[in-house]
Amino acid sequence: MTEMEKVGAEDERLARERKKLARDGPKLTGAKLEARLDRAWHRPPGILGWLATVDHKEIGRRYIITALIFLALGGALAALMRIQLAVPDNNFISAQRYNELFTMHGSTMMFLFAVPVMEGVAVYIIPLMLGTRSTAFPRLNAFSYFMYLFGGLMLWVAFALNIGPDIGWFAYTPLSGPQFSPGKRADVWAQMITFTEVSALAAAVVLVATILKTRAPGMTLARMPLFAWAMLVQAVMIIFAMPAVALASSMLISDRLVGTNFFNAYEHGDALLWQHLFWFFGHPEVYIIFLPATGFVSVLTETFCRRPVFAYPVVVLALISTGILAFGLWVHHMFATGLPRVGYSFYTAASMTVAIPTGLQIFCWLATMWDGRPRLQVPMLYVIGFIVTFVIGGLTGVIIASVPLDLELHDTYFIVAHFHYVLIGGAVFPLLGILTYWFPKITGRMMNETLGKIGFWLLFLGFQLAFFPMHFSGLLGMPRRVYTYPAGLGLELPNLLSTIGAFVVATSVALFVVNGVVSLYRGAIAPPNPWGASTLEWATSSPPPVYNFAHIPVVESRTPLWDVAGELPVVTGLRVDEKELLLTTVVAAAPDLREPVPQASLWPFIASVAVGVFFISSIFSPWAIVFGAIPCAIALTAWFWPKEIKRHPEPVIS
Amino acid sequence: MILEPRFTDDVADLPTHKFGPSSLTWWGIIGFMVIEGAAFGLAFAAYFFLMGHEQGWPPEGRKPPDLLAGTLFTIIILLSEIPNTMIKKAAHERDVPMIRLLMPVIIGVGAVLLVIRGFEFNSLNCRWTDNAYASIIWALLLLHTTHILTDWFDTIVLWALMMTPLGYEGRRLVDTDENSMYWRYVWLLWLPIYLMIYWVPRL
Repeated sequence: MTEMEKVGAEDERLARERKKLARDGPKLTGAKLEARLDRAWHRPPGILGWLATVDHKEIGRRYIITALIFLALGGALAALMRIQLAVPDNNFISAQRYNELFTMHGSTMMFLFAVPVMEGVAVYIIPLMLGTRSTAFPRLNAFSYFMYLFGGLMLWVAFALNIGPDIGWFAYTPLSGPQFSPGKRADVWAQMITFTEVSALAAAVVLVATILKTRAPGMTLARMPLFAWAMLVQAVMIIFAMPAVALASSMLISDRLVGTNFFNAYEHGDALLWQHLFWFFGHPEVYIIFLPATGFVSVLTETFCRRPVFAYPVVVLALISTGILAFGLWVHHMFATGLPRVGYSFYTAASMTVAIPTGLQIFCWLATMWDGRPRLQVPMLYVIGFIVTFVIGGLTGVIIASVPLDLELHDTYFIVAHFHYVLIGGAVFPLLGILTYWFPKITGRMMNETLGKIGFWLLFLGFQLAFFPMHFSGLLGMPRRVYTYPAGLGLELPNLLSTIGAFVVATSVALFVVNGVVSLYRGAIAPPNPWGASTLEWATSSPPPVYNFAHIPVVESRTPLWDVAGELPVVTGLRVDEKELLLTTVVAAAPDLREPVPQASLWPFIASVAVGVFFISSIFSPWAIVFGAIPCAIALTAWFWPKEIKRHPEPVIS
Repeated sequence: MILEPRFTDDVADLPTHKFGPSSLTWWGIIGFMVIEGAAFGLAFAAYFFLMGHEQGWPPEGRKPPDLLAGTLFTIIILLSEIPNTMIKKAAHERDVPMIRLLMPVIIGVGAVLLVIRGFEFNSLNCRWTDNAYASIIWALLLLHTTHILTDWFDTIVLWALMMTPLGYEGRRLVDTDENSMYWRYVWLLWLPIYLMIYWVPRL
């Protein structure tokens, strides 16, 4: 027999066996199906199983909890800075330590809290919302979490060892270059960037593929939940923006470690090259944080007003145009560096233009509320707090888009006020709202409503008390990032108010945590769809089983759970003895392929350790790039290499 | 499930692999190509940004890189598309013996390219520490070299996998197809870099 004949015979045998495989269907449903799916999808127990898991719910939960811990750490640094600034000429914290505090605060909040928490929520919810059983590339998803964790640990361990960065979260050259920042502080910052950018890029690819290819049959792009739209745009933005900071931080490290001259003016490099590359990432970064939050707001507004979001196509187009415009604004961070006149005009116009799609979204939400029947439960309160606060921040944004005002206000507390209004108001308020909303989905229990309301008002009022006075300290000329200020300039009152407000905010966050912990053990058991929502994540039990849905749901409208009458349409025919996903077409979401899902594996964890060792050791020696790459190559090969070299009737990924 | 199911359609007869945009692999590869493309695009922007500061390019008193190694590299990498296309075609035709035969060829070509790349670094007529011009052309060449190296290694792993019985698995053929697509990307990326390193300094 020739080889081809042997292969032909083998193919026939496999085709016969394929017919015998167990699949879900009218004859295999209910408890019997659930027991078999549970066997196929569960991960090995114990610590090794914990490290090996590829379940998006476990990974999403870890992302969220880790990011909230970093929020608490970053918040603690903010509290220390506010103590220092409570009174003039204070010497509670030294100038050097203060530099480290604001650098760590900004870097932690941007890279270790805001972006990861949005990705974490999405990694948990998106597959449920789309009616599927897993993310695409679940092992890459696990890898992305470990990279994030190791990057965060490296930064904070370095800080604890007194080699934390002290160069500001945007690490301007030449300050961060070899001449003005000897030692390893700046390298720690740059490598933390490398970790978090690898992690964010991996998660972005996972989310794009998940959203485009794993939606339930019938969930056309025009029926996709707005949160999925927001995450799709955000993930694409990450894919285009993060390479800029990756390139910039690699150039910075190579300037510092092997003596290149990208930013060295003496050898015709240019410090402004850093600013361009950094802000080409840094400005989209703001929208990378903000767009998922607008997705949260759309979810909450729809559910709590009992009405589909007004003008769905407008909201989708607003998301997309915000995503595009965000890449045309970066130079407004550089007005004070001196630009050609036409540059000033262009970037002012672009910065003001981005207010249009954002304004459109806000009007759509207001119209939804006006036309619906708003229920003022805790998540909805956060939506209202968001609209008020974010609009104020948006308006100060339009103010500083104007060059003469920006030159006056650049690097003052006015800017600090502005971006905390848009980032806390625009992202943290909706985040806390959505965590309250999805808490029953994740844990099976409701958060306490009374504590939640007290927490919301403390946060809302405390926030205004902390940050509104900063507009005035900024207008009075108080520069940011300076560890103290002299008495007698009128800065005492606004600063004292800000400090008091900061502690009210800290109290409210502590209350949120207490509410979460108490509700986890004592909260009321959540009914299947506690808020009366329309989206598919509420079509399964809470918390969801490891396989998410016993049968894959079919979507016939934009608000599926509001439109099905007691019965959920489903498709059948996926395997029950191995992990399998249904892939659908990108636009029409017609069934396209059956996709095997990888088993739990330790290799993503081992690969992340190898890459971590590689990154950290390359702070100290360029040779680490050569020797560190070898374990990475071995780990990645083992990750992809199948555990058994024999053909199955249908492909499995072992 | 809380709502009772209403059975509509059955998907048991769907295939488990397809070539192109139907497969998740294609989307994953495209995602990483866009990421790397964005990084290269910005590196190109940095190149022209730094060039704008100089009176001459290369800066006065410096020779542009020697042409021989880089041009030889370009010719060979363009020719490598012939076996590459043949492998891609064989994957679509499920011609595993042909793939097994041709993959060592393209791996050999990769090895030759890596050796020539070493000579290229030697013919830049500068060290990366000299000035910003030198830093950016070294960076471009190094960035591209990492792509040659990783794709070369990746092709070796895939070849080893194709030599096992799993080579006949449809999904491995999709992998082979995507690997060829990625190699196209690697050589397409090289063309602007070749111009920037070797020819822009001669303008």
